[in-house]
Amino acid sequence: MSSWLDYTINGLIVGNVYALVAVGLALIFGVSRLINFAQGSIYLVGAYIGWVAVVQLHTPLPLTIIVVAVAAAIVGLIIERFGLRPLQNSVRIAPLLATIGISFVLDQLVMLTFSPNPRALPSQLPDVRFQLGGGTIGPLDLLIAGVGLTSALLLFVFLRYSKLGWAVRAASQDRDAAMQMGVDVNRVNQAVFGIAAALGGVSGMLVGMYYNQIDTAMSLQATLKGVVAEVVGGAGNVPGAVIGSLLLGLVESYGVAVFGTSYRNLFAFLLLVVVLVLRPNGLFASARQAPPEPLTGTFIAPSRPVRIPRWALAVAAGGFAVLPLFPVSFYVLQTLINAWLLGMLALSLTLVAGTIGQVSLGHAALLAIGAYTSALLSLTFSVPAGLAIIGGGLMSAALGTALISPSFRLRGHYVSIATLAIGEIVSLVILNWEGVTRGPIGISGIPPLSLFGYDLISPTSIYWFSFAVMVVLALLQGRLLTSHLGRSFRAIRDDDVAARAYGLSLNRYKSLAFIFGGFAAGVSGGIAAHLYSYINHETFNTQQSILALTVVILGGLGNVVGAIVGSVALVGLPEVFRIAAEYRILIYGIVLLLLVRFRPQGLLGTI
Amino acid sequence: MAQSLMLSLRGLTRRFGGLTAVDAIDLDLAKGELVSIIGPNGAGKTTLFNLVTGLDRPDDGTVHFEGQDVTGLSPERLAAEGIARTFQLGRVFGNLSVMDNVLIGAHTRLRAVKPAVPVIGPLLELGLALLRPASVKAEEERLREEVKAILARFGERLLPRIDQPAYSLSYANRRRVEIARALALKPRLLLLDEPTAGMNPTETAEMQGLVAELKAEGLTILLIEHKLEMVMRLSDRVIVMDEGKKIAEGPGEQVRGDPKVIEAYLGHGLATERESAA
Ligand SMILES: Nc1ncnc2c1ncn2[C@@H]1O[C@H](COP(=O)(O)OP(=O)(O)OP(=O)(O)O)[C@@H](O)[C@H]1O
Ligand SMILES: [Mg+2]
Repeated sequence: MSSWLDYTINGLIVGNVYALVAVGLALIFGVSRLINFAQGSIYLVGAYIGWVAVVQLHTPLPLTIIVVAVAAAIVGLIIERFGLRPLQNSVRIAPLLATIGISFVLDQLVMLTFSPNPRALPSQLPDVRFQLGGGTIGPLDLLIAGVGLTSALLLFVFLRYSKLGWAVRAASQDRDAAMQMGVDVNRVNQAVFGIAAALGGVSGMLVGMYYNQIDTAMSLQATLKGVVAEVVGGAGNVPGAVIGSLLLGLVESYGVAVFGTSYRNLFAFLLLVVVLVLRPNGLFASARQAPPEPLTGTFIAPSRPVRIPRWALAVAAGGFAVLPLFPVSFYVLQTLINAWLLGMLALSLTLVAGTIGQVSLGHAALLAIGAYTSALLSLTFSVPAGLAIIGGGLMSAALGTALISPSFRLRGHYVSIATLAIGEIVSLVILNWEGVTRGPIGISGIPPLSLFGYDLISPTSIYWFSFAVMVVLALLQGRLLTSHLGRSFRAIRDDDVAARAYGLSLNRYKSLAFIFGGFAAGVSGGIAAHLYSYINHETFNTQQSILALTVVILGGLGNVVGAIVGSVALVGLPEVFRIAAEYRILIYGIVLLLLVRFRPQGLLGTI
Repeated sequence: MAQSLMLSLRGLTRRFGGLTAVDAIDLDLAKGELVSIIGPNGAGKTTLFNLVTGLDRPDDGTVHFEGQDVTGLSPERLAAEGIARTFQLGRVFGNLSVMDNVLIGAHTRLRAVKPAVPVIGPLLELGLALLRPASVKAEEERLREEVKAILARFGERLLPRIDQPAYSLSYANRRRVEIARALALKPRLLLLDEPTAGMNPTETAEMQGLVAELKAEGLTILLIEHKLEMVMRLSDRVIVMDEGKKIAEGPGEQVRGDPKVIEAYLGHGLATERESAA
C-alpha cells in the first residue's frame, strides 16, 4: 500500500513540473494559436543556467530560482521578438516551422557550450525524507509543489487583476476583437512568451535537481510532455493544462509502477494519441466547439515553381550516373550515397508535408520501420536484400499509414504533434519489443546489399544502386503529381474544407499520400540497414526528421527536384566546407529559420 | 416527402453555446426553383448552408434531399449526391491553376480512375493514377474539354488565365472560378453564398446574367444575396432570416413590404453602423 502512495506523490510532483511547461504552452496557444515547439528548449536552457548558478556561482536556492526565471524569460522575449514577430502576417506553416528551427538552434547551442554529457545538478536542499501517511516526501518535493502553487497563484492574480493580464485574456478569447478594442497584441505576445519561458526555465531547473542530472536530450522530452499535458487539458486552456499535467504525471507514475520505467514515455504518447483522436479539443472542452484553427487562410506560401527543362534534368541525372566512371574519391561517392538516401526520405516528406500539407515531425520512424523489416526479413527468412528492401518499403507504407491514420482528422500543428508522438512511440516499441527487435542491443550482421544474387559491396555499385532507386522513386512521384491524385492532394492542402465539399475524402487521400511516401522512406531505411550492417533504436532519430524537413523547405514544399537538390546541398555543402559534425545541426536549424523568414517557398518553389 | 421536392428542411437548428444561429428552419425547394435567402449580417444564412452541405451538423431537425434523409451526412457524400456550393469568403485552391481548381469540381464524376471497388479501391486508384491506361487518359481529356466549356461561359475572363494559379487572379475572377468549380460537379442542387460580394455593378450584372441562365437551364438554386435588386429579379421565392429564425417567406415584392422584414433590416442596420463607427 505504501508504495502506491509514493507513486501518487511522485505522479503529482512530476505532474507539477509538467504543469509549469504546459501552462506556458497554453498561454501561448491561447493568444497566438501556436504550439511553441521551442518550449522544451527553454526548459533545457533553464536547467543549464541553474547548473551554472548552483555549481559555478554557488548562488543560494531562492536566488537560483530568480536567476533562472529572469534569464529564461529573456530568452523567451528574444524568441518572440526576432523569431516570431516578423512572421505575424505570413502563412500558417511559417511560425510552426520557426519554433521547430529555434528549438534546434537552442538545443545545439546548449550542447556546444556544455557538451552533450550529462551533468549533476545538486538541489542544495538537505537530503531527508518525511513520513507522510504510508509514504515519504522530501524537501525537494515540497519545493516543487510550492513553486507550482506559487506560480499558479501569481499567474491567476496577473491574469485576473492586472491590465496586461486582462489584455491577455481578451486576446485569447477573440484576437481580432481585442485588437479592435485597442489591445496591443505585441505586448500581449511579449507577456505570454516571457511568462511561459520563465515557468519553463524554472521547471527545467527543478527537474534537473529532482533527478540530480541534466542533459541535452531533456528538451524534446519536455516539449512532448508539455504538449501532451496541454492537449489533454484542451489547447489554450490554462487551468485545463494544469489538470492535464497532473493527470499525465499520475498516468505515467502508475504505468511505471505496473510495467516498469522503460514504458514511462509510451504511456504519455498513447494518452496523447487517444485524446487527439477521441477529444481533439481536450478533455474539458465540449466536443463540438468551433475548430481550433481558423478555417480560412493559406497554409503554405503561394509561389510559382521554377521550371527546369526536362533536358536539363536528364543531363544532370546522366552526369551523376556516369560520375563513378571518372576518378572520383571514395569520399565523394560516400557523400553522394548519403545524399541519395536522404533524397528518398525527402521525396517522401515533400509529398506528405508539401503536397498534402501534413507536416510530419516523426518521419524517421518510417525509415526505422523499413530498416527493421528489411533487416529481419533478410536475417530471419534469408530473403535476398533487394526483395527485403521492397518488403521494408511496403511495411513502412502499411504500418506507417495505419499508425498515422487516427490523426487524419487533425489539422496544422496537431498533425505535427501527432507525428512527433507516433515517431517516439515507434522508437519506444523498437526498444521494448525485444522478442522481435532485439531491444537495446540492436540488430547486427545485416547482410550487404545484393541484386539478383550479386553482392553490391564496392562503393561504385552501391552508388549506382541507391541513385537508380532514388531516380525511379522521383520519376514515379513526378508522375503522381501530374495525375488527378496530385491535384487532389494539393487541393486538400490548400483548403481541406472546400476539398471535402467537392467530394474529396481526407482519409482516403491522406492514406494514399502516406502509402506512397511511406514506401519511399521505407526503401531508404531498408537500403541504409544493409549498408550500415548494424541498426538500433537510435539509428533513425528526430534529427533525421528535422534534417529531412529542412531539405524539403529548402527545395520547395512538394517539389520533387527540390527535394533532391536540397539533399545534395545539405549533405554536400557541409562536406565541401569541412564543417565539423557537431555544428551541422546548428546550421540546419539556422538554415530553416532563414528560409522561413526570407524565402518560404524554398529554392525551387512550392508545387 | 413529395417526389418533386429537391430539398426539404424541417426544424433545422444549430446552436453555438448560448447563441441559436439557425432556429427551427423549415424550407421546401422544388426542382428547378430558385429561392433566395436574405437577412441581416449574422442572421444564420451561411450556417444554414453549412448544415445543408454537411460541413456542420444540426443539433436538431432533418434535411431531405430528393426524398432521402441526408441529415448529418459527410460533405463528401453530399457532394457525390449532387450538392455543390460556393463559399461566402471565396475558397479557391490558391496554388492550383484555374484548370485544376475546376477539375476538382468534377472529382465526384471520376469513374475510370476511381473504380468503385471496396477495400482495395484506393490502392487501385493509386495504381491507375500512376499507370494511366487509355480509359483514364480519355476520361481526363474529356473532363478537361468540359472544364474549358464551363470556363467559356465566363467569356474571356478565365479562359486566357486557365494555367495561372488561382492566388494570382483578381477577386472577382476567383469568385468566378468557384462557380465554375461548382458547375463542374454537374450539381442537381447549387448553393450560392453571396456570389456577387465585392463585385462592381458591371461584374454583378454579368453574374446575375449567368445565374439567370443556369436557372433557365433548369438548375435548382438556393441563393444567399444582399443585393436586393438581383434577388427580386431572379427569385421564385424569397426567405428572410433574422437571428436564426425565418421571419418571412413569399414572392419578392410581398416580402419586401413586410413590416417585420423592414424592422429587422432597420434595427440591425443601425446596430452595424454603430459598430463600424466604433
Ligand atoms: N463556428 C461558429 N462558432 C460560433 N459561432 C458561430 C460559428 N459560425 C457562425 N457563428 C455565429 O452564428 C451566427 C450566424 O452566422 P452566419 O455566418 O450564419 O450569418 P450570416 O447570415 O451568413 O451573416 P453574413 O450576412 O454576415 O454572412 C453569427 O452570430 C455567428 O457569429
Ligand atoms: Mg454568411
